[in-house]
Amino acid sequence: MSLLYHWLIGPFADYSFMRRGLIACLALALGSGPVGVFLVLRRMSLIGDTMAHSVLPGAAVGFMLAGLSLPAMGLGGFIAGVTVALASGLVSRLTPQKEDASFAAFFMISLALGVLLVSLHGSTVDLMHVLFGTILAVDDTSLILMASVATTTLLVFAVIFRALIAECFDPAFLRAVSGKGGITHTVFLMLVVLNMVSGFQALGTLMAVGLMMLPATAARFWARQVWSLICLATAVALVSGYLGLVLSYRFNLPSGPAIVLTAGMFYLVSLFFGPRGGLLSTLARRRHFRA
Amino acid sequence: MTPIVELNDLTITYERHPAIHHLRGGFSKGSLTAVIGPNGAGKSTLIKAIVGLLAPSAGRLAIHGISPRDIAYLPQMAVIDDSFPISVFDVVLLGHWRRVGAFRAMTAQMCETAQRALWTVGLEGFDDRPFGSLSAGQRQRVLFARVLVADSPLIVLDEPFTAVDTRTTNDLLRLVARWHGEGRTVISVLHDFDQVRRHFPDTLLLAREAIGWGPTAEVLTSENLLKARAMSEAWDIDAEICRGAA
Repeated sequence: MSLLYHWLIGPFADYSFMRRGLIACLALALGSGPVGVFLVLRRMSLIGDTMAHSVLPGAAVGFMLAGLSLPAMGLGGFIAGVTVALASGLVSRLTPQKEDASFAAFFMISLALGVLLVSLHGSTVDLMHVLFGTILAVDDTSLILMASVATTTLLVFAVIFRALIAECFDPAFLRAVSGKGGITHTVFLMLVVLNMVSGFQALGTLMAVGLMMLPATAARFWARQVWSLICLATAVALVSGYLGLVLSYRFNLPSGPAIVLTAGMFYLVSLFFGPRGGLLSTLARRRHFRA
Repeated sequence: MTPIVELNDLTITYERHPAIHHLRGGFSKGSLTAVIGPNGAGKSTLIKAIVGLLAPSAGRLAIHGISPRDIAYLPQMAVIDDSFPISVFDVVLLGHWRRVGAFRAMTAQMCETAQRALWTVGLEGFDDRPFGSLSAGQRQRVLFARVLVADSPLIVLDEPFTAVDTRTTNDLLRLVARWHGEGRTVISVLHDFDQVRRHFPDTLLLAREAIGWGPTAEVLTSENLLKARAMSEAWDIDAEICRGAA
């Protein structure tokens, strides 16, 4: 009993930085869960990744102006991310080019600009910080920011939920019947950027996507409806955050990769054992029901 | 009488090549019209323009008496994401969109209408099944139930019977006939000439321009069909700039 306490609860009881880390994970999980699920459902899994990188130049400008402050870097990152998202959306609307191609173009420009800015005005330590994050160093301001992002995300999802589902499922129908499918898409992209920004303090721009995509893809092997996918993805993200923190404390591992790798483990387990198209269930289901 | 959909010199282009070229005419209220023509004749383009997905490059398209948002539109099956996790019942409920929009609540009565629509298309008890797990015919039945629920005066169907089995096609054709009987205007893109002759009183034979538009028997002559084929195959790379009505 005391061993379990020692492993699973002790670190959080003893150290406030662990408690903060855990709360940060809770906030991240609440926002990342639904965002990740819709990214997967809209077949934008990789676009999420490019968005994460495009946040960099804005964060760098924020860093140059205000130092290592999450609100400044976050605001800069948000502006950069939204600019890339809107520009790509605009290009795909005005030209025959598809959105993924224009996304890739703008994100590369943005990323290179970001690396350029960071290397001109900062040290490699700062760059490492932006790229990999440090969840154990979140302060009160960052926590409030992350909690606000989670709250905003859930509220906005509640408002656009029906339109988002209609747009994923049958975009032509929605556009014909409402004439404004584009707005939903833009609002959704802004939520993606917002959660990216919230994640990069904790996990860094490189891995913020991890806590979005891995739980969502894992959930796809268990659940079959949008609401259950979201609940499950959020739970997986939260548990990954918790276990990742425990592991990083116990074995002295960097916390960001520990969290994302835990989520990755959940994905692999789901891939093998998930009842909805998991590898084992596919093998076991050679036998079928009577008609 | 003003038609419910009026086309006035309607031209729609892709990279300046017209898919619809100076199309003039109207779908009168309560008519049941098949839109037919060779591949690339502009059938789907016309449908998309009517429901507001494509803007005219020149000319005018006017919808009279109803709001464009009140059109019940059945898109081609191919543009629907059938792997999306959505239940049959939720798909049918989408038909209420013009009344509830993105935010208002569905009433118990609306759910009942959706239930009845599922019953009408022969899918009673399918409510909770994932849409993606159904056969092509069953999916089309679900989408027809969504049109039923919309309860719209103008119904626009884009290739509703492509890849659909005969029995389903016959059931759904009966539904189309019922809509016609109820005084609704129905416009449908089709491929099967026999089907058109048997079930559709009016026909628009399209090959970028209207080759014929009127009672089906007068439009679907072998002379017209030949003309339509010849016109749609002639895609002139070096076409000159069009300077007015054809």
